Amino acid sequence: MSEATLERGMNAFREQMNAPVASFFSSCVNCGMCAEACLFYTETGDPKYTPIHKLEPLRRVWEQEYTLWGRLKSMLGLSEPVTNELLEEWETLIYDGCTLCGRCSMVCPVGNDISYMIRRAREGFVAAGYAPEGIKGASRRAVTIGSPMGVKFPALAAQIKHVEADSGLTIPVDVEGADYMALLSSMEIMNFPEYLEALAKIFKQAGVTWTISSEAFEATNSGIQIGSSDIARELVNRVVVAAEKLKVKYVISPECGHAYTAIRWEGPNLIGRPYEFKVVHILELLDELRSAGRLKTEGTEDDRLTFHDPCQIVRKGGVLEPPRNLLNMVATNFVDMNDSREMNWCCGGGGGVSANERAEELRIKAFKRKKTQLDELNVETLVTACANCRLIIEEGLEEYRMEMPVVGLTEMIAEHLVEDEK
Amino acid sequence: MSTSIDFLLWVRGPGFDIALFIFVVGVLIRLLEVVILGRKPDYSEPRGAELGAGLLTLVTRTAPEGGSFKRSPFTVVGGYIWHIGFLVSLFLFVPHIELIDSVLGIRWPGIASNLVDAISAVTIVTLVAMLFSRLTHPVKRFLSGPEDYLTWLVTFLPMLTGYLAYHRMIDPYPLVLGLHILSVELLMVLFPFTKLMHAFTFIIARWYNGAMAGRRGVQS
Ligand code: SF4
Ligand code: SF4
Repeated sequence: MSEATLERGMNAFREQMNAPVASFFSSCVNCGMCAEACLFYTETGDPKYTPIHKLEPLRRVWEQEYTLWGRLKSMLGLSEPVTNELLEEWETLIYDGCTLCGRCSMVCPVGNDISYMIRRAREGFVAAGYAPEGIKGASRRAVTIGSPMGVKFPALAAQIKHVEADSGLTIPVDVEGADYMALLSSMEIMNFPEYLEALAKIFKQAGVTWTISSEAFEATNSGIQIGSSDIARELVNRVVVAAEKLKVKYVISPECGHAYTAIRWEGPNLIGRPYEFKVVHILELLDELRSAGRLKTEGTEDDRLTFHDPCQIVRKGGVLEPPRNLLNMVATNFVDMNDSREMNWCCGGGGGVSANERAEELRIKAFKRKKTQLDELNVETLVTACANCRLIIEEGLEEYRMEMPVVGLTEMIAEHLVEDEK
Repeated sequence: MSTSIDFLLWVRGPGFDIALFIFVVGVLIRLLEVVILGRKPDYSEPRGAELGAGLLTLVTRTAPEGGSFKRSPFTVVGGYIWHIGFLVSLFLFVPHIELIDSVLGIRWPGIASNLVDAISAVTIVTLVAMLFSRLTHPVKRFLSGPEDYLTWLVTFLPMLTGYLAYHRMIDPYPLVLGLHILSVELLMVLFPFTKLMHAFTFIIARWYNGAMAGRRGVQS
């Protein structure tokens, strides 16, 4: 990263200006309704967490440089400029107080896609040097080591060996011409190796040819979270190069939500061209296998359970029904939360918030939203499909002394696979 | 008497022309400022089509999402009432239709004057309540700056003066009619420079919102 300055920040803000952003700022009538959609406002009651307010610095750039009237006003010295102090003050709003969950964008009556703008505004903040240390560190590790948690391939190779020894399955590495290349998140490698085993089991049963690349196995993209396209591009590019080298038809995004957004939606735009392969989310793939009859399960979960929709996979990723189809395959007592699918509430740890230690207290407060949703339902088990959500929810439950197992959907499916007769 | 007639003649004549010019040119410039920024091509493989989803959101955003309605009932209901009341008074009051006909040569049927009168009264009361809510609701109060109160005022004045003129509550009549027209001109002149522009740009905003979500397979 080159030296961060206010001027670089301003240039980054300018680069983010486009017709959607201008139409959004032109349309806001300060009705305040977006506040009620944001867990940081609902759980703190502090108006400064109103989504549109988090964009004041970007709004100033728009008004002062992209409207005739605003330009006149600033020439006459009637407008307040964007300063280092302003960015410093707003840094906590835009990083600690926003998970890029996108819920606010669903309710604004004039149609403002506020989270789209917050993602873009972060580009200016990071270029001006105003980003939380935690996410900066994760980004640095991702660029230099290859993973935000500092996981290198030998660590993954060790996990692979473990899983292979435990399960008797093989986990293919660097196999050219496989149909699918699977990505993982460091969180899964270190904390939930069950995911890897689940993949191997499922793909064996369904007859899917797959591989892991030793050069690009990390799916998460801290560049997206911190808001630096340069970093994000570099990280996406590693995956693209590896996938195109192995000539796979598909790249599988792991359960992790931001990984999916990064590789599926932002990636092609970061590298400036479409991929030579397609990207599928693991839940999409499993649902396809299910409907093709290639996924056979036995036995059921009879607990009363619910599904936490990871924002980036569901609301912002469009994978709405696959998790429900899959759950209904193995669960007899599945209930949806009051606000579910594209209106689900965030766990509070997305958008880099979980990597930002400074934000912990606020995040725990914001978790009360999820707690309330769970209390309403009176369920015994929570299923989700994002390693980050899972960790955040486990922490939240512990904080509020709620006893409830949190299970990954892919692993739940794997547990119910019909054992192949050899 | 003669000065109030002079005043009326001015606001109906040159005054109106100036206001109309600023309004039309200003709105066009503002819209142009938005659309010329464009956006970069999206290379990600779409899951759904943008056009249909964008147009659908343009319509569906008119109704509040269920949970938001429960959380901001006053803003939603009050917002509906005064927007509809304002538009009815503006476009369905027969003298207004006559005026539009004389300028643009198009007309449509109006509704009974006493009905417009009742609707105007409700709208005026609602606008006052909306102002009260802006001054007291923690979020709205926090967000609001001078522009929010100014746009409220220039929306309120045409309603108020129209009501006073209709009931001839100010003497002489040409004066109150002139004031009514002047207040509309004020609204027209400030329109392109303020968030009143949302009356046009919300179409672009909703479309983009719906299109970008629709591309990912979500109806927003
Ligand atoms: S909901 Fe939309 S119009 Fe209302 S304050 Fe938020 S961004 Fe502005
Ligand atoms: S994206 Fe989510 S967390 Fe961020 S402002 Fe909107 S509702 Fe709040």
